[in-house]
Order: sequence, then C-alpha cells, then structure tokens
Amino acid sequence: MSRIGVFVCHCGLNIAKTVRVSELAEFAATLPDVVVARDYKFMCSTPGQEMIQRDIKEYKLDRVIVTACSPLMHEKTFRKVIENAGLNQYLLTIVNIREQLSWVTHDIEEGTAKAKALLNGAVYRARLLAPLTSRVIDVNPDVLVVGGGIAGIQAALELANTGTKVYLVEKNSTIGGHMAQFDKTFPTLDCSACILTPKMDAVLQHKNIQMLTYSEVTEVKGYVGNFDITIKQKARYVDHNKCNACLACTEKCPGKGVSEWDEGLVKRKAIYIPFPQAVPQKPVIDRESCTYFIKGKCKLCQKVCEQKAIDFEQQETFSTVKVGAVIVATGYDLMDTKPLVQYGYGQYPGVYHSLEVERLFNSAGPTGGKVTLRDGKEPQSIALLHCIGSRDKNYCEHCSRVCCMYSLKFAHLFKEKTSADVYQFYIDMRAAGKGYEEFYNRLIEEDVKFIRGKGARVTDSEEEPGRLIVEAEDTLTSKFLRVPVDMVVLCPAIVPRADSKDLARLFNLSTDKQGFFMERHPKLAPLATMTEGVFIAGVCQSPKDIPDTVAQAYGAAAEALTIVVKDKMELDATTAMVNPASCCGCQNCVRVCPYSAPSFNVDKRVSEINEALCKGCGLCASVCPTSAIIARHFTNEQVLAEMEGLMEF
Amino acid sequence: MDFEPKILGIACNWCTYTGADLAGTTRLQYPQNVRVVRVMCSSRINPSFIFRALQLGADGVLVGGCHPGDCHYNTGNLYARRRLATTKKILEFAGIEPGRFRVEWISASEGNRFAEVVEEFTTQVKNLGPQTKLKIQE
Repeated sequence: MSRIGVFVCHCGLNIAKTVRVSELAEFAATLPDVVVARDYKFMCSTPGQEMIQRDIKEYKLDRVIVTACSPLMHEKTFRKVIENAGLNQYLLTIVNIREQLSWVTHDIEEGTAKAKALLNGAVYRARLLAPLTSRVIDVNPDVLVVGGGIAGIQAALELANTGTKVYLVEKNSTIGGHMAQFDKTFPTLDCSACILTPKMDAVLQHKNIQMLTYSEVTEVKGYVGNFDITIKQKARYVDHNKCNACLACTEKCPGKGVSEWDEGLVKRKAIYIPFPQAVPQKPVIDRESCTYFIKGKCKLCQKVCEQKAIDFEQQETFSTVKVGAVIVATGYDLMDTKPLVQYGYGQYPGVYHSLEVERLFNSAGPTGGKVTLRDGKEPQSIALLHCIGSRDKNYCEHCSRVCCMYSLKFAHLFKEKTSADVYQFYIDMRAAGKGYEEFYNRLIEEDVKFIRGKGARVTDSEEEPGRLIVEAEDTLTSKFLRVPVDMVVLCPAIVPRADSKDLARLFNLSTDKQGFFMERHPKLAPLATMTEGVFIAGVCQSPKDIPDTVAQAYGAAAEALTIVVKDKMELDATTAMVNPASCCGCQNCVRVCPYSAPSFNVDKRVSEINEALCKGCGLCASVCPTSAIIARHFTNEQVLAEMEGLMEF
Repeated sequence: MDFEPKILGIACNWCTYTGADLAGTTRLQYPQNVRVVRVMCSSRINPSFIFRALQLGADGVLVGGCHPGDCHYNTGNLYARRRLATTKKILEFAGIEPGRFRVEWISASEGNRFAEVVEEFTTQVKNLGPQTKLKIQE
C-alpha cells in the first residue's frame, strides 16, 4: 500500500480551458492508494509547491503525482520540491496534460477523458516506483570550445578569465571565423578587425587557453563532467614550435591555390597564412597546391627557412583531452547559390555573393579595399538582392536575419567608395535591433534606391553587352522592372556548416528542420542542448548578428562554468542493474551496449554493469532473455503497469 | 456513436516525446486517441510491451524513436528497428492486421510530423475497427 498525493495544475487557462481540472482531481481521489487529490491554479508557483510539501507531511505521502506540463519542463522543479519535503526525488511522477493534451485539442470532453486515462496510468506506475540514489561523480574542471569564431573566442576568453583551463579547437589554420573576413560591422560601421583582432591576440596570449588550430574533433566519449575528446591535428607540414613567423617561405613559394579566405576571388601561395592578422601567425602548407606534393620536387620553402621548420614528412596526429563541459560554436556557411540558376551566380562575372563583397571592401582583401569588378572596372550601378534562398519555401524557410542590415552596410560602403547607383531589392526590411532602424533611415537619406520586390532573375543585357539586367516586380507600384546594373550582390541564406551533421552526431545534438543545432528549450534554455554538459552559442544554433552571438557566448561560458566549478555532481540514478540470480550469462547486454557498461564476470559467470558508464537507455534490459536486467525507473513492471492504467479508461 | 480507438503510444524521451511536446507548444491539433508512455530510448521497448498492450485492449500501437543514425544513445534505435520489424511479423502471424502497429522516426524538431502521424494512424486504426484477436475478454 502506498500513499499517493495527486496535484492537478490549471496552468492558468492553459490546461483548465480544455480539461475540467476539478473533475480530474475528484476522479483522482477515487483511484487506488490516492489519499489526497487537489487542483490549483499554478502548481509550480511558491504556494503550489508549498501545498505539495504540506500535504506530503500531513498525509504522510510516499508518492507524488503532478498532473501538469511536460516532464521535460518541470520534472526537475518538482523533484526538488518533494526532496525538500523529505521524499526521495524518484518517487515523483509527472503527467503531461498540457503539451500533449490541453494544447492539442479544443474539445473539453475529449481532453478530460484522456486526462483521466493518463492519470490512471500514472497512479498504476507510481505505486511501483522505488526510491533511487543519485550517483555522485567527480567533475573535470576544464572546458572544450569547438569553433574559433567570435562566439568561440568570446566564450573561451570568459572562461579562461575565471581561471578555467580551455581547449579551443578551430578547423582552419587561424581563429577569427567569418567576423575576421568582414571589413565593417553594422550599424555602427566600426572596423571588424579593429574590434576582433585584440580578442584573437588575447586568446593566443592567455595562459589558460590552449589553442588547437587546424584541428577537428573526431571522437567524443564520456558524459557530463567527464568527457574524453579526441582531437585530430591535421598535418601543417610546418613545425610551429620552430617557426618564427618570418614568412620568408610564403614569399618564395611558387605554388598557387585558391584563397578560401578571400572566397576564391584570388590565388594564394601553397604555403600561406590566410590573412595578415591571422592567429597564430604561422603558415601551413596546402597539399593540393604545393609543387613538391604535386611534382615531387621544389622544397623552396625548406631552403629559405632558417629555423628548419618545414617538415614534409609531418603526419596528422591525434590527442585526447579530458573536459567537464563543451561549448559548440561552429558558425555557418552561406548557401551555395549556383543551383539557383536564375540569378546567374557562376555564370556572369558581375554576380557576387555577400562574403565575396565583404572581402572586396576589406583593405586586406584581394583588391586592397577598392570596389572593382572582376575585370578591374569600377561598377556604375549595383543591385543588392535580398533573401536569396531565405524566406523561400523551395530552399530555406527561415529568415537569415542579418542580410537586411549588412545590405544596408554594403550600400553605405558602395556609396562611400564608388559613385555607383545602388538598388536594394527587398521583400521586407527587417531592422530590429539597437540602432538598426536608425541606420536604415540614414541609408534612405543617402540616396539608396529601395525597391520592395524580390529580385526574380538576373540576365545579361542585349542592348549593352557586359551589363546585367535585374528583373523584379515592384510590389508597391505593381510594376514589372528591368534594372540595368554592372554588379549584382546576392544575399544568400545562412545555412548550417556542411559538416554540422557529423558534429551533431559526435555530440549527440538534435538539429532542427534546417540543420541548425537545437536548444533544450527555445526560450528558457536557449544555450543548453539535450546532451547534458554540451552548450551551443552563435549561428550554429540559428542565424544571428554579432551582438547576439557575443551575448550567447557569455551565456554559454556561464552555463559551462556552472558545471565545472563544482568538484562533484549528481547524475541521474536511472541506470540498469543485473540481478545475478537470474542472469544466464548469455552476454547479449555486453554485445549491444553502446557504452560498454556491462561486462562479463568470468568467475561468477554473470554480467555486471558499471554504473559510471551506464546512461540509462534500457537497451540491455530489453535484450535480456531472463529479465535479469532491471532498467531502474523504467522497469518492465512499471512500464506495463502504466500501460494497464492507460488502457483501462 | 463512432468507434473511437484506444491507441498506445510509446515514445523515446529525446526525439519523439520532445517532438510531441513541440506539437503542443505550436498548438497543432490532432485526435486524442493516442496515450503516450515515455521511455528513455526506443530500444527499451520489449516486444512483450506491444503484445501486452494489445491484450489490454489497445486497438493499435504506435512507437516513436529518433531517426536511425540520430539516436541519443548512438545505436539504440538501430536495435529497436530490427526488433520491432520482427515484432510486426509475429503480430501478423498472430492474426493482427499490420495496420495496427506502426513505428515512426520523429525528431525533436518534427512536431508537425508527430501530429500528422497520429492523425493518419488514428484514421487507419478507426477503419480497422476494434481489435479483439488478442484482447483478454473480461
């Protein structure tokens, strides 16, 4: 016999609108072992919590059922509530009558009937629950940050400043990310490099940050508090311990590769640093374009290197770091616009994408900051086409959020650097942000021509060979326009990194429809993920501007810190255990476990489960032919009892 | 009165259960015939759960897990997929119409998919009528 208390939450009208809550509480009181049942407006409020705690004492409750929102929302809250009243936290059951009931029906009859069935199931299950003891584990105090863009840099610096040891992994040969490619930043027009490079340098100098550039995470083992991360250091063919960054090698190198940093607008050497302020200031050799690797001879760089730092025999190496928490800040790619043939990218030399234009403006870019077309001429008229692939059901439904604003920035810079006419082809101007609307108004004053209509097509001009025609419908005048221009700038959708799926798999992250990493809760846990101890920051979560990215980086650093400041932490007790008396020694469990938690004890001829490794999925319990494995909190008896309760009504 | 089937749903915590929550957060509307039991992973599902549900009078059983390859526990749902495919065959052998048992991979971001699947499956089970083959008669 147990003594169950049932607490039905109205959640204001969220639940009460489609479930008759007082009827539900009255019904609960008739169920077996239920000694008290109440309904209350907001069970998660302080008075609601106190009511539960009072009843636990007064009625000597040994099980509590809260019939409210999803357990993913408030299970932890109510576990704390009952624990503070002296009850083991695993004796709580949550019945989800909000997300999976009151919000998905309009029919109060249907809602009330189903709520009764769900509650009945919970009572059946609650009766069989057992108190469990949480495991206490040691926590590694270090943090891994994946991605060396502004988000990763900011998070790493924040953590390092608290005294936390940080490993910062970056797949390129320099940190800096996209922000380092930009010339100016909206809406203040401050120079991107001027605000970013001091931070890049601070990372390099910080004694608590170990920067791992030209590296990638290849394997993730362990769990919150104790991750074992394998990192691949790609072969640089330059010994960075010996290199003194004189860069004589890069001058002599005859090899020519496409400059990824300059978005392919120019060539770079085969041994190179991507841009003058790169951190670290030390070159790498690109195998694909290196004359020695292609033809088997050259080695000019080796000849000029006084430090003897060039090492053509260098191999990729793997190392493992142990950390307590991880921040993933891997940023974004621009959507490839070549498949959108109507815009002529890759077909007409006058069509650019936005990152190429960022490089054109940049004084360290391919043109030294001059706006010239691929043929060297200055454009006389320029069209900026918003929403290429974004807000488009055929490609990406989402708004890429920054394009309106960087288009305004581009327009301003075009006006400053050329005498060209500038056209903006937009669907809606989205200028929500501090100082953004003001910047938009300023640009209207700067004689930029705003056309409310999405650019539909770019063709070459028959009348004026070499020029381009942008076709669009001006939706304010309902007129079809053909605007001749010299340069077209596409603002492509911001999409997840090409390899983000692999990373999601490594860290067990969920992704949304578009492939961006999913946060634990869209509003209240925007930086946490479904994997305990792994946090996300910046555009890898969804498109956002620099201020939002930086704010998230601070937040993610704080989240990671909440884990690693503690020496020890509690882990869920819902692991599996073996009843040796009924184990037949078949070792099915040993074979199927993804975490190698079960092992076979040869002397006793039974399997044993290492609780520290068990993550509580329950797979072993369902492959155990003799039911010797008990998946705590999800035992066969508990699950079957809940089903029985659910099917009774 | 129209026949309203009772359907047992079993959903994994990380994908389908979260996806079902998302359907609620976005206020999608779907029929309320499915009653969901939450398990941590679809691999926790023992075939006996399915049979027991039918004995208890379920007219259909709907199982939801993460997409193969995206399992929170790396490989759990791959085992679940095999085991549930076999379960389906045994159910057919026992005379249960294949339409009464469905396994769907629904991710945490696919709230609309959850609503769609519930809608489709409910209609399908409704058309099949009450399940009496395995139901234990009082």
